Amino acid sequence: MLKTFRIGGIHPPENKLSSGKKITLLPVPKQVVIPLNQHIGAPAIAVVKKGDDVKVGTLLGKAGGFVSANIHSSVSGKVNKIDNALDSSGYRRPAVYIDVEGDEWEESIDRSNTILKECTLSSKEIIDKITEAGIVGLGGATFPTQVKLMPPPGNKAEILLINAAECEPYLTADHTLMLEKGEEVLIGISILMKAIQVNKAIVGIENNKKDAIVHLQKLSVNFPGIEVLPLKVQYPQGGEKQLIDAILRRQVKSGALPISVGAVVQNIGTSYAVYEAVQKNKPLIERVVTVTGKAVSNPSNLSVRIGTPISHLIEAAGGLPEDIGKIIGGGPMMGKALINTEIPVIKGTSGILLMTRKESERKPVYNCIRCAKCVNVCPMGLQPTQLMTVTEFSNWDLAEKLHITDCVECGSCSYTCPSNRPLLDHIRLGKGKVLGIVRSRKT
Amino acid sequence: MVILIAVISLGAIGAIGALFLYFASKKFEVYEDPRIAQVQEILPAANCGGCGFPGCSGFANACVKAGTLEGLYCPVGGTDVMNKVAAVLGKEVATAEPMVAVVRCNGTCEARPKINNYDGTANCAMASALYGGNTGCSFGCLGFGDCVSACNFDAIHINPLTGLPEVIEDKCTACGACVKACPKTIIELRKIGPKSRRIFVSCVNKDKGGIAKKACNSACIGCGKCVKECKFDAITLENNLAYIDYTKCRLCRKCSIVCPTGAILEINLPPRKEAVAEAVVKTEENKETTN
Repeated sequence: MLKTFRIGGIHPPENKLSSGKKITLLPVPKQVVIPLNQHIGAPAIAVVKKGDDVKVGTLLGKAGGFVSANIHSSVSGKVNKIDNALDSSGYRRPAVYIDVEGDEWEESIDRSNTILKECTLSSKEIIDKITEAGIVGLGGATFPTQVKLMPPPGNKAEILLINAAECEPYLTADHTLMLEKGEEVLIGISILMKAIQVNKAIVGIENNKKDAIVHLQKLSVNFPGIEVLPLKVQYPQGGEKQLIDAILRRQVKSGALPISVGAVVQNIGTSYAVYEAVQKNKPLIERVVTVTGKAVSNPSNLSVRIGTPISHLIEAAGGLPEDIGKIIGGGPMMGKALINTEIPVIKGTSGILLMTRKESERKPVYNCIRCAKCVNVCPMGLQPTQLMTVTEFSNWDLAEKLHITDCVECGSCSYTCPSNRPLLDHIRLGKGKVLGIVRSRKT
Repeated sequence: MVILIAVISLGAIGAIGALFLYFASKKFEVYEDPRIAQVQEILPAANCGGCGFPGCSGFANACVKAGTLEGLYCPVGGTDVMNKVAAVLGKEVATAEPMVAVVRCNGTCEARPKINNYDGTANCAMASALYGGNTGCSFGCLGFGDCVSACNFDAIHINPLTGLPEVIEDKCTACGACVKACPKTIIELRKIGPKSRRIFVSCVNKDKGGIAKKACNSACIGCGKCVKECKFDAITLENNLAYIDYTKCRLCRKCSIVCPTGAILEINLPPRKEAVAEAVVKTEENKETTN
């Protein structure tokens, strides 16, 4: 019997339309817009100015704090301006505009296809290289990777877990990456193991990617300590705490970090980026993005430079369908609707999902019938219906007592509600308020 | 006979209980200043929290305990009520300028066309947690009426024609509930002004002029004309946005005439005499020609 997490979870239709499609290289656009805040934490501070010549891999922004990440140029050309640019949610944030000229790379980057397996660097050197390359969690949360690799004092990592569950419907970026870059991914994992000084790593892959499981299991024979574990298909298995429970049967306490149970969790895409950064000196300047949707004529997995407008990606996948309703950045469960198609691809863009009007329409909301389906499916063991009510009545004390801050915003509750109640919308609002209150209490 | 026993025993139990309660109430008595009740009687009992205390009883308690009434003000009752409170407590009267809520967004449906549809819960806080809004302006009013539901006095309503909230001046008590409810911090408490006349910049857009103008026809584009025109140093320009300091503004109306987008609103001011307006236009022309 396959393992999965023990509390809650749902199994939405998988719709992996683009699985089996090879990674296609998307041509470099004429202009890229590279936001200085593509990660959780402090925005990067620009180190280039208008008129500067940059190459692929040139540092554009330096990390603006401990929890922050470097930003590099993904193209070669001239800095047009540093100005506010629309982000996916319609707010304007600082970004670097670069006009593309040619495709010249920094000399330090190794662009050959040879696979370098040996890594003789020490733990600290590896972490420094990862910091330098501006790597963040590529599953979508974009948490700076180096922070996760440096556990707070008193904690010791015992095991590295690699999240290759790709539990979001539609998305196939990680799946394709495992099939095409299997060896590189495994080298990346062994480098990460070295960085946190553990000798065991488990790659959790959901059982709907059988070819990837077989492929990685075959390759992992040459990598001591790495085990590939098939998991039962269940959303949201890719959540850190869910993956730890599924693989290790350990529960992370409310408010605690995964390191408290001895686990460090990294995404499979991140481990590929780590391979490129450490072995090839290549900063995080491109990523694999799935462009998909039922009305899309050619769902594909594209290798895209950071900063490319998503309209280019949609064009490559066969253009906008006629009755387009919503364009979603990310998967259907956790992704957010984008406000237009000129928004750039950032480090956290794992997919672009095009939904037709009919698919994306919200259904009419009815009263809660106390069926408790949302309570059953909540992977964090919360009571979404009650959290929604306390948020409606602004009862923040009670919301905090009911652990609203533990919500991972997976959307299982809203998905499962037979009355179509917008549970997550309310909980997200309440979570923000309560987090604000907790923060103000500390200061 | 039986009935007598019952009466006597019940009577005895009652007497003992009464005695116990009497001593208990003496022993555990909590003294409450009778003036708190008096003050509370005077207060309007709106329990809106506009004074910054939890309800009218909290405010009454604070008034009695405080040394002076400075900084304590009931926005609902106004100066009348505060005079009475001061009389009861024998303290100095606290005076504060009467205030009113103003909506600093003039992005009507025509001025600010929609660029996308929002089909989620009709609630400003929720929409703004998700994204910037369904127009090109990420600072402007979302129009779902969180301010309307926050108001205890029925003083603010969404105008269906403009899609913007409007304050009913007579009902507004300046309690500040709408100010707190607005996730975009559009609503501001300002001095009512002489004869309820006031002038303010009805925009909070901090984008550069071109972007702001593209998103909304009546946005402040940060051109700074009003700053130059103002003789009283009342207007400041920060982050491409002008702000009129109501403590310095003398209602000379020169700023609103020069504003190219009409972002500066005049409230309750009499219509401009055409002669004056023409004169201003003429001086403008003169300036241009001499320049």
